[in-house]
Amino acid sequence: MTLMPDAVDSTCWVVIPLYNEATMIGGVVDELRTRFAHVVCVDDGSSDDSVAVAEAAGARVIRHPHNLGQGAALQTGISYALTHPSAEYIVTFDADGQHRLVDALAMLQRAREEDLAIVFGSRFLDDRTRPGFLKTIVLKTAVAVTNVSTGLTLTDAHNGLRVLRRDAAEGIELNQDRMAHATEIVVQLGRTRLAWAEHPVHVVYTDYSKAKGQSLLNSVNILVDLVIN
Amino acid sequence: MWFQIILVLALLGIAVYLLRSTPSPRHLAIRRLVMLVGILVGIVVIIWPDLLTVLAQLVGIGRGADLLFYVAIIIGLLYTVNEYKRSVRLARLNTRLAREITLTEARLNDRISELEARLDSGRRDASRSATE
Repeated sequence: MTLMPDAVDSTCWVVIPLYNEATMIGGVVDELRTRFAHVVCVDDGSSDDSVAVAEAAGARVIRHPHNLGQGAALQTGISYALTHPSAEYIVTFDADGQHRLVDALAMLQRAREEDLAIVFGSRFLDDRTRPGFLKTIVLKTAVAVTNVSTGLTLTDAHNGLRVLRRDAAEGIELNQDRMAHATEIVVQLGRTRLAWAEHPVHVVYTDYSKAKGQSLLNSVNILVDLVIN
Repeated sequence: MWFQIILVLALLGIAVYLLRSTPSPRHLAIRRLVMLVGILVGIVVIIWPDLLTVLAQLVGIGRGADLLFYVAIIIGLLYTVNEYKRSVRLARLNTRLAREITLTEARLNDRISELEARLDSGRRDASRSATE
């Protein structure tokens, strides 16, 4: 199937876990909607205007009854997208504006052209993204743990930008409600033995996303969650 | 002497509470039997405290009170682990339940907007044919 260069894609569903991102989600959805017909935000019990803002921007918002965690929201969004037979691909995207539309489009195109079931975004394949020193340690640790427990060799584990073909999306069932899902999803995708690739992406670190990002202490939580379960 | 009676009564009270909670599979029965044995041992040890010291020395711990302390810690840990596992299980069930609610609502809303769209186009057709 070929697409016009700037056509709106209606076979790829964008899934965004949404939790208290009213300041950013409007712009994120607006931009995505220029190229994707289906943008699904999974509201994870936001207490701000996130839902109204996302709906106004044209997203389909589905809502958790209360806060369950980003992993749970991601799984709900993927399950929802899969109920629509038109969904050939699913793109997972962050709500805080740190991912770029051009990267998602490039990854999707690559998945189609190279017949890949999974394309992981990686901010460490080139040197455009510059996380701080501490953050680099956290992310590299996450990568090491992920690689040991999955057998895949990724350069970036906790990147929310991914492209999943339908068969890959059907192969996952996330149990980790909190941040450990980012490793769990790699584990489960690795088990599907489908073709995958990593694609260099640029992650935009603003003061806003820095304030919300992973802390060093939280990476301890991620490790414990993964080891115990 | 008085304290011994109080302790025995307390343990008997726990035993009654335990046995009166709702019954279910074999697993639970085994756990209750173990509990019951624990309570019986407790009563024996309360009545003949020297037994505890004899037992402690048998396993290489000096005083009976120390033995009691160690056993209590282990039981406490077991309990904590059990509760942790239970809470993880419940959290997963809760997530699944919440997801089902979310998806059901989403499907319902999709269907409603689909029907509304069809109704609207039907109305438009009707008004168009009325003006013609």
